[in-house]
Amino acid sequence: MADRKRIDEATGTSTVGHEWDGIEELDTPMPRWWLWTFYASIVWAAGYVVIYPAWPMLNSATQGVLGWSSRSDLEREMQAHAVRRAPITNAIAATALTDLPTKPELMQAAVQGGAAAFRVHCVQCHGAGGAGVKKLYPSLTDDDWLWGGDLTSIEYTIAHGIRNPDHQATRVSQMPAFGRDGILDAAQIADVVSHVRVISKQEKPSAAAARGEALFQANCAVCHGSTGAGDRTVGAPKLTDAVWLYGGDRDSLTATITQPRNGVMPRWGHRLDPVTVKMLATYVYSLGGGEKAPAPTLASVSEGQGADGQP
Amino acid sequence: MASPDDLTGENGPLYAARKGVYPKKVDGPFRRFKWVIMGITLAIYYGTPWIRWDRGPYAPDQAVLVDLANRRFYMFQIEIWPHEFYYVAGLLIMAGIGLFLVTSGVGRAWCGYACPQTVWTDLFQHVDRLVDGDRNAQVRLANGPWTGEKLVKRGFKYAIYLAIAFWTGGAWIMYFADAPTLTIDFWSGQAAPIAYGTVAVLTATTFILGGFMREQVCIYMCPWPRIQTAMMDEKSLLVTYKDWRGEPRGSVKKAQAHPGAFGDCVDCNQCVAVCPTGIDIREGPQIGCITCALCIDACDDVMGQVGRPRGLIDYCTLDDAAVEKAGGVGKPVRKTLFRPRTLAYFGVWCAIGAAMLFSLGQRTRLDLAVQHERSPLYVQLSDGHIRNNYTLKLRNMETRPRRVAVTVDGLAGAALWTEAGSRETAEQRIEIALAPDSVTRVRLFVAAPGDGPARQDFTIATRGLDGDPRGDSDIIQFDRPEDGQ
Repeated sequence: MADRKRIDEATGTSTVGHEWDGIEELDTPMPRWWLWTFYASIVWAAGYVVIYPAWPMLNSATQGVLGWSSRSDLEREMQAHAVRRAPITNAIAATALTDLPTKPELMQAAVQGGAAAFRVHCVQCHGAGGAGVKKLYPSLTDDDWLWGGDLTSIEYTIAHGIRNPDHQATRVSQMPAFGRDGILDAAQIADVVSHVRVISKQEKPSAAAARGEALFQANCAVCHGSTGAGDRTVGAPKLTDAVWLYGGDRDSLTATITQPRNGVMPRWGHRLDPVTVKMLATYVYSLGGGEKAPAPTLASVSEGQGADGQP
Repeated sequence: MASPDDLTGENGPLYAARKGVYPKKVDGPFRRFKWVIMGITLAIYYGTPWIRWDRGPYAPDQAVLVDLANRRFYMFQIEIWPHEFYYVAGLLIMAGIGLFLVTSGVGRAWCGYACPQTVWTDLFQHVDRLVDGDRNAQVRLANGPWTGEKLVKRGFKYAIYLAIAFWTGGAWIMYFADAPTLTIDFWSGQAAPIAYGTVAVLTATTFILGGFMREQVCIYMCPWPRIQTAMMDEKSLLVTYKDWRGEPRGSVKKAQAHPGAFGDCVDCNQCVAVCPTGIDIREGPQIGCITCALCIDACDDVMGQVGRPRGLIDYCTLDDAAVEKAGGVGKPVRKTLFRPRTLAYFGVWCAIGAAMLFSLGQRTRLDLAVQHERSPLYVQLSDGHIRNNYTLKLRNMETRPRRVAVTVDGLAGAALWTEAGSRETAEQRIEIALAPDSVTRVRLFVAAPGDGPARQDFTIATRGLDGDPRGDSDIIQFDRPEDGQ
C-alpha cells in the first residue's frame, strides 16, 4: 500500500497510500497535544486500576485501595435517607392515629410510607392498590368492611390479624359449616340462599325465600342480624349490599353456607414496627373506603347497643 | 534524513507540535466591528443574570433563570415548564437554521465574530499584547530564556487568564440560581458543591481553551468547520485573497524596477502576521480560516500606504472570484445576501419564530392531565354503584394562587369527591384551590350507577374560577365489571 503514497498537489502533504475509487486520505500529522491527552488517559487508567475495583479475579474483582463498592454506596445512601426521614417518622409516631387526617402533610407522608410497606407485605393477597382477588381476598378499596373501615379498626386488624390461633387479641369469628356438618340439608340451604338473594335484591320474593327467612332467623341472624345487615364486631358481612367477597350468585352462596372459607390474615404487630402499621392503616384508609365514624367495639355493644351493631 | 518540515517521506512525523501564533495588533473597520461584537456578547454573557424582572411574590425576579431544582425556565415574561420543553427545542431549531442562514450568506461569520471560542481567544490575545507587547515582543519572549522578567510576565499573564477564566465560570452558574444570593453563598462557602464544581470545571476549560488551545480548538476539535464546508456554496461570502490581482508577488521596489511584472501583493506578510489562527490566506480557502477578516484590515492598510486600491484580500464569493478573474465585475453584496437560498432559510426561521410567539400568546396557564388508576380499574360499591379512581394533575402555571372547578361530562349520574371529602358529600362539581406556579395532584373518586357499558368514555374538565376562565379537559375511560356483577 505504501507504494501508492504520493504528494497531494493542493496541500503539499503526503497521502497515506490508500485509494478508494479515487478518494485518498492525507497523511496529516496529529497535533502533539492529542498525544499528551492520550498519555494522560493512560496515567489516569493506571491510577484508577489501583484505587478502584478493576481486575476480575476468580471470585471477585480486586478491591482497590479506596475499598469502594456500589453496595456500600447504597448502604450509605439508605442510611442518609433514614436520617432524612426520621423527623417525619417521629412526628407520625407522636401523633395519634385519629389525629393524622387533620394534619394533611403528615397524613400524606403516612399514606406514602404505607403504600411502600403495602407493596412489600400486603400485595401478595390483597393485590396492587388493595384491589383484592375475587372470591379469595377482600378488596380494600370499596365501602364495605368486615371489621370496620375507620382508622382505629383498620390498624387493629393489621396489628392483630384475623383468625390467628396463637394470638389472644386476634380478630376471630367462625361461621358454622351448615352443609358439611349436617346442620341444614340441601333443600334448606337452597331456601336460605333464596332468602339471602331476596334481601340483597337479586331475586323476587318466593315461597322458598319465605321458608328460608325462618331458617335464617333461627340459624344466621345471631351474627348477620335479623335483617342481614351484618355485624362488624364479629366480622359478619352485610348480606344486603352488592359487595360479595366469595360471590353473590346461587352457586357461590350455596358453597359458602355449605362450607365457609373463614379466611385468615397474618398479624403484623409483631413483625412490623408500630409506625409502619400506623402508616399501613392510613394507606388502606385512603384507598377510597375509609370511614370517619369509629366502628362499635365488643365492649360498647355489651353496654346495650343492638346486636347487629349497625347505626 | 528527513527534515521536521518534510511531511512526505516514509519517516514523516506522526505528531506535530503546535506552532505558536502571535497575531499582530491591527486596526480597521472589521477589527472595530469585532470589538463591538465582543463587547455585546461578553456583556450579554456576564450581565444577563443580573437583570431583574418582577413576577410578583410567587416567582423569582431574575429575568433569565434556568431553575433546574424546580424545573422552570424563565426568560423575561416567558416561563417555560418541563412539559413545554418544545419551546426550547424550537429555539434550538431556530439557532440551527440561523446558523444555516448565516453560513449560506456570509460563510463562517459565526466562527469569525460570535463564537465563544473566538471571543475568548480574542480577549486572551489582547491580554497577551497588554502584558508581553505586540507580536515581535511576544515572539522574542517566547523564544527567549527563562529570565526573571519572563517569569514575572508569564506569572502576571496567567494570573489575568485565571481571573478571566474564573469570572467566566462564575458567571455561568448565575443563570441557574438567584444571582445576588448565589454570589453571597458562593463566597461564604454556603453554595452547593455542584456550584463550586461547575465553576472549577469552566474555569479550567476557559483557561486552557482560551489561553492555550485557541485555534487548535477550531482546527482539530470543533465539528462546525466540517459541517459548514458542506453548507457553503459558490455564492457564500468567503475571505478571499484575489490572487489574479496579487500574483506574482513583489516588493514596491521590485515593482518600480520592473513595471508590469508584478501583481499588487507586496509580500509584506501582514495578512499572516495578524491572523489569529496563524494561516496564510494567500494559499486559498482553507479549514483554518475562521473568516474574522482581520487580514482584510491589515491588507487594506498596506494597500493604502503603497497607494494601491483596497480589497486585495476581501469578502468574495467563489462565483464572483471566477467572474473577476475573467476581468468582469462581481455582484454587489446585496445580491449575494438576498438570494433564494438565504431567503428560504430566513423564511423558515421567521415562520418558526412567529409560530412559537403565536402559541406562547395562546397557551393556557391551567393544564389538566388525568390518569385512570389501573389497580383496581373499578370498585363495586355496596349500593350497586361503581367507583373509578383517577389521579388528576392540575398545573397552575400562573404565579398566583387560583381556584378552579373540576366537572365531568358524559357520565350519567356521576358524583365526584376527593380524598378530603367523602361519598356522602359527593357533588357534580368540585372546587379545588391551587398553589401558585405548581402542580397539584388530586385523587378524584367518581361513582356512577352500575348499569351501563363496561367501558365508557367521558370528559373530565377544569376551568378557572378567577380571572382567565379558560381551562383544559381530558377524555378518559370509566370501567364497569364485564359480567355486570
